[in-house]
Amino acid sequence: MKAWIEPGRLRARGILGMNRRNIGYIARYNSRDRFPLVDDKLKTKLIAQKANLPVPELLNVVSTQYEIESIEQELVKHTEFVIKPAQGSGGKGILVIEALMEDGFVKSNGVTIELNIIKRHLSNILSGLHSLGGRADVAIVESLVRISPLFEHISHEGVPDIRLIVFKGYPVMGMLRLATKSSDGKANLHQGAVGVGIDIGTGESIAAVQYNRIVKVHPDTGVPLRDIVIPNWQQLLSLAARCYEVTQLGYLGCDIVIDEHKGPLLLELNARPGLSIQIANNQGLLPRLRHVENLEEFSPSVSDRVTYAMRTFTRSRETAPSGETP
Amino acid sequence: MTQRGPFLFLVALLILAGIGTAAFRHQEYRIPLLPGAQQTVWQVEARVEYFAQGGATEVFLTLPPEQSGFRVVDETPISSGYGFIEPPADQHLAHWTKRNAEGPQVLFYKLEIVQDDDHLVPDSLPADARKMSWDEPYRTAATQLLDSVLPITVDAYTLAQQIIRSMNRVPIDQNVSLLLDKYEKPELLANLLATAEVPARTVQVLELEDGRRRQGLRDFIQVWHEDAWRLVDPVTGPLAATSKLLLWKAGTPAVLEIIGGTRSRVSFSMISHTRSMLELSQAQTSAFEYSFYSLPIAEQGKFKLIMLLPVGVLVVVFMRLVVGVRTSGTFMPVLIALAFLQTELLPGVASFVLVVAIGLLIRFYLSELNLLLVARIATLVILVIGIITLFSVVSYRLGLMRGLTISFFPMIILAWTIERMSIIWEEEGPKEVLIQGSGSLLVAVLAFLLMDQNIVRHLAFNFPELHLCVLAMVLLLGRYTGYRLLELHRFAGLAEN
Repeated sequence: MKAWIEPGRLRARGILGMNRRNIGYIARYNSRDRFPLVDDKLKTKLIAQKANLPVPELLNVVSTQYEIESIEQELVKHTEFVIKPAQGSGGKGILVIEALMEDGFVKSNGVTIELNIIKRHLSNILSGLHSLGGRADVAIVESLVRISPLFEHISHEGVPDIRLIVFKGYPVMGMLRLATKSSDGKANLHQGAVGVGIDIGTGESIAAVQYNRIVKVHPDTGVPLRDIVIPNWQQLLSLAARCYEVTQLGYLGCDIVIDEHKGPLLLELNARPGLSIQIANNQGLLPRLRHVENLEEFSPSVSDRVTYAMRTFTRSRETAPSGETP
Repeated sequence: MTQRGPFLFLVALLILAGIGTAAFRHQEYRIPLLPGAQQTVWQVEARVEYFAQGGATEVFLTLPPEQSGFRVVDETPISSGYGFIEPPADQHLAHWTKRNAEGPQVLFYKLEIVQDDDHLVPDSLPADARKMSWDEPYRTAATQLLDSVLPITVDAYTLAQQIIRSMNRVPIDQNVSLLLDKYEKPELLANLLATAEVPARTVQVLELEDGRRRQGLRDFIQVWHEDAWRLVDPVTGPLAATSKLLLWKAGTPAVLEIIGGTRSRVSFSMISHTRSMLELSQAQTSAFEYSFYSLPIAEQGKFKLIMLLPVGVLVVVFMRLVVGVRTSGTFMPVLIALAFLQTELLPGVASFVLVVAIGLLIRFYLSELNLLLVARIATLVILVIGIITLFSVVSYRLGLMRGLTISFFPMIILAWTIERMSIIWEEEGPKEVLIQGSGSLLVAVLAFLLMDQNIVRHLAFNFPELHLCVLAMVLLLGRYTGYRLLELHRFAGLAEN
């Protein structure tokens, strides 16, 4: 396995680098004043609900320390829930409770914790431990997404989510993220989650990576990652594409989970989506981004955009990367 | 990107302004570009002695004119009881007066002269060439002498050389012998050159030699050659190097004139020493009134550190945007590097790692206490101060290392670093802590190594305008859209098909 790749080859493959992403896409297409909408998961949830986008149900919001003291009677109403900081990034501070037992709350990894640990967690969230720059934050309690049986055998723990890059309303690249033992149940690639590139045209898996290296099977479950097909793919793409109208962010990462009963739900949005998706897809983002940039007319209809994206950004139809500009 | 032209124009403008101002200040105020540049300074003391006859006296002493190769940086008349009249700017003349003087009198005039080969003063040719009229038989002798040397010379310089050779030839030429009976060598040379219509003048020069005392001036000839006056030694011929010869007076009138006195004489003593160019330029120029040099020394020391910050910041920008190193806290490494400047590198790194490690241990205990964030950080700040104090005392007692200097570490920043690292540890594992910790340390060490260079310190403080260039580089890096070095590693998996 090679440890390095020449910049010329990266350029030829159309790989988007961090610097170009920041200057050429985030700064250019994402208006600053729209960032709070996606940096604050509570705000995201509220605008999504307003736009009738399906999201996991909001059970409770804890915004002051004294609310923590009386949190128990709120929590015991639900046997399973997720606590997350509204402004957390990179999956920080997310606590998943799957069951309520005599001796405490059962986390997704099977460990039972006491109520005061949950209280401390809430207190940490409020004092800004998990938010960028240590800003004071609020804690969201939302319903636990039930894993779709289709994924049950793949995932080590937690619900896999699907990250879609939506550029100017067109879904351009997708990836299924699977938590692993080494990622501690988190779906972030840099923490060790497995990323499975998904073909935009078909919803089929392309390749899988962990720690930026190609893997063939899930490291914990041993399940081959080759023949995964995402159900309700077109519906999922439409959900992602609609986020553009809701947020007006041109370069957007949409994280979507599939609930056993409710189907695709919008989990969160990201105005600075990462770049590992390119490794999982074995494909650079730049040609696709340029393709959308060069489209003469913007198709206002979500379904038109999704159809166009499915036709264009599919593996079988993908044309060789067009002429590169340095 | 948008507005590429104006952006590049701005960058170019900043670089030009920075370098231009620095070059100007170097030229104008002689601030040296390199640290430790030295210049020779001559302290010349002219001593005037005469015998006053009683009554009013006036003393006129000619002073050296502006000339290439030397710069007068300071002059002081020393003469108690005398009135001193400041010479007009274009006249180089010291003028002392006293209403009533009697007996032996001594006056001094002290000059501080910097030997500076870059100091150039254009010479001007006197408009009216001197007409020389000879009496017989000298006219014939002079004409014959000139006739013999003129055909074998091409210009003033070679002519002077040939005349000197004829004057020194043994056996002596008849004509020369006749002329030398009447004229001294320098005078004869000047007269002959004037007859040949070559601009020439007699001058008096002071030979500079360290430690000499009671020196007189020597008579030399200057010949106009290639748009400048060239010194010619009437005995040995034209001189190439003029650096040790200070032109004191051009033309014939005497250097010293006394009214109301006799037995006058002027003599010169001199010593040389070297001074750093920087000291010199700081000492001389009033244009520094609004610069760092006018601040008290303690303040200057602070600014010496502050002016290094942009250099460290540039290192951080480069390491993050071009290399892609992850650090914990964007500019924390610069502050650590600044602390290293005080502690030296190895003790600095050792104490940094120790303090952070101990701090992390304590922080793990603190997370058991279930404290609110602000209180937790505050606890850490106090504990970090405690650790540092303990370190200093213990290491001083043991004579281990320069423990005392550890107190230069920015405590609040250290506390935050510990806090952030422990969070990273809890959330992303010890590996990420190691990556970010060593990334920060690497950037800090690099910034330190750059900031510790003598030349960097010198330029940053003495040419603060060069920071415009640093700014321009930061701006340029801010528009860098290429791959980061570490991305070439990150995306290496793509090389596999």
